[in-house]
Amino acid sequence: MKNLRPTREGYVEGILQAGRENDRVVVIEGDVSRSIGSASFGEEFPERFFNLGVSEQDMLGEAAGLALAGFIPFVGTYGVFVAGRAWDQIRTSICYMNLNVKIAGAHGGVSVGPDGATHQALEDVALMRVLPNMHVLVPADANQTRAAVLTSVNTAGPVYIRFGRNPVPQIYPVDASVKIGRGHLLEDGSDITLVACGAMVSMALTAREILSKRGISAGVIDMVSVKPLDRKLLIEQAKKTGAVVVTEDHQAVGGLFGAVAETLAPEHPVPVGVVAVRDSFGTSGTPAEVREEYELTAEMIVFKAVKLLEE
Amino acid sequence: MMENVKIQGLTPIANRVRLDVLEMIRAAGSGHPGGSFSTVEILVELYWKIMRIRPEEPNWEDRDRFILSKGHACPALYSVLARRGYFDPAELLTLRKFNSRLQGHPDMSKLPGLDASTGSLGQGLSIACGISHGIRLDKRKSRVYCLLGDGELQEGNIWEAAMTASHYDLKHLTAIVDRNLVQLDGHVSDVMEIEPLVDKWLAFGWDVIVADGHSFISLEKAFEHCGETEFPSVIIANTVKGKGVSFMENTCLWHGRCPDEKEYEAAVEEIHGGLS
Repeated sequence: MKNLRPTREGYVEGILQAGRENDRVVVIEGDVSRSIGSASFGEEFPERFFNLGVSEQDMLGEAAGLALAGFIPFVGTYGVFVAGRAWDQIRTSICYMNLNVKIAGAHGGVSVGPDGATHQALEDVALMRVLPNMHVLVPADANQTRAAVLTSVNTAGPVYIRFGRNPVPQIYPVDASVKIGRGHLLEDGSDITLVACGAMVSMALTAREILSKRGISAGVIDMVSVKPLDRKLLIEQAKKTGAVVVTEDHQAVGGLFGAVAETLAPEHPVPVGVVAVRDSFGTSGTPAEVREEYELTAEMIVFKAVKLLEE
Repeated sequence: MMENVKIQGLTPIANRVRLDVLEMIRAAGSGHPGGSFSTVEILVELYWKIMRIRPEEPNWEDRDRFILSKGHACPALYSVLARRGYFDPAELLTLRKFNSRLQGHPDMSKLPGLDASTGSLGQGLSIACGISHGIRLDKRKSRVYCLLGDGELQEGNIWEAAMTASHYDLKHLTAIVDRNLVQLDGHVSDVMEIEPLVDKWLAFGWDVIVADGHSFISLEKAFEHCGETEFPSVIIANTVKGKGVSFMENTCLWHGRCPDEKEYEAAVEEIHGGLS
């Protein structure tokens, strides 16, 4: 069994390190700092920590103001609320002015589990990806989440970082790095390319092992930078393998699958399959039960890959 | 006595701004005269008397900040910025036109002197709070002013920000409510009542000052009081929508309408009456 860690721990490590290295970094919270863990930033830097209560719209506006005053605010709350409730504030008060605001969408995907549909962000990547000037990072484990936070500090303009609640297998070492617009080719393959982000990266790696036993060589791309997408790497691998399966803990519409399909369709059309949530809301259950119900599993990735190759 | 003379000196500027607004909207073919005219004295008082600014150095770090949360009143703000020296007044007639720096709603990336881009109602007070937090962290002496529409107070985001401002004792923040009683669809009290306004702001922990929003003497006294308490301050400026052009006053019909030739000439004549 691989070492498991919640990605949110990487977020907290990231903002603490960023706060120590750069006194312009401030954190804005919305009454979930004990849940996400960012309360520790407030303990270390009380004057740079603003808990604004349950008020996502105000949080994002305040972040815009702090950015206008020359600070680098990290706004953290659950992805479903930050991306949904405060979308217009993000659009007009942050993206339109191209402000240096970093938005942390916690509890992404159905893998949140028991909290159920209202708290499972399944549309946030689509909502953020459509905004001009916005960067979207969906890290796969705690170390990569920490790296995404540190990269975002040095990225001009708004960045949305989406991460999960529950422990996921550790994929990257402590010194992992994230570059805007760059994916990681975790495994090379010749028959098909699996493109994943977030919690589905470890599923894609498991799917690769199963496919390998069946004599199918699958490459795995961790597309941590959903926007801007690593077009070069994607097209290169699509050309090499001729088929792609995209997987994400998100609606199939508008997220990573959307980004991949939009890129490949005009530039190098190949058959593309998807393992993601199909136009429905989530439900309560253990993360494993919910993933099973929504078919966000390594087995489904294998099934889709085999089917695509048979066609 | 000297003070009165100085204050009266602002009236010709206000008339000039109203004339600019009329000419700009006429040239653009669209815009918001009603809610621009109600803000004129507030803006002139702020930019000529109250705010510490350097028009020749728009990004001066210790400047006072101004957020036009009711972004649709930007023709008045553009005129004030041009007349105060931020850019050439000749540019005013490019309002709302292709390639103009004077966008239909304020775009700070294009025009010097703007402290934020606004236009989606309800967001400016949060931005102003955020800037106030930043100013305090940097230990600067700047003050932050935010102009709100009265219809805009129907946005929930305003009251989230109102809580934040008092919770964090942002005493260097002043909100001004352009209380012109009229919004796009009709009278505010008919569309969605916002009274009792003084009680609401008091209940949210603000220092409340009621002023005549078209009297420089009243506005000056109101602004002088701001920051003297430990609370954020709000000036409820009683104004007249469309102020300065009789047939535009107190009606929602001129919220977002461009005058035709005859109306334009009649309006210019009325404002010229004030210029003399």
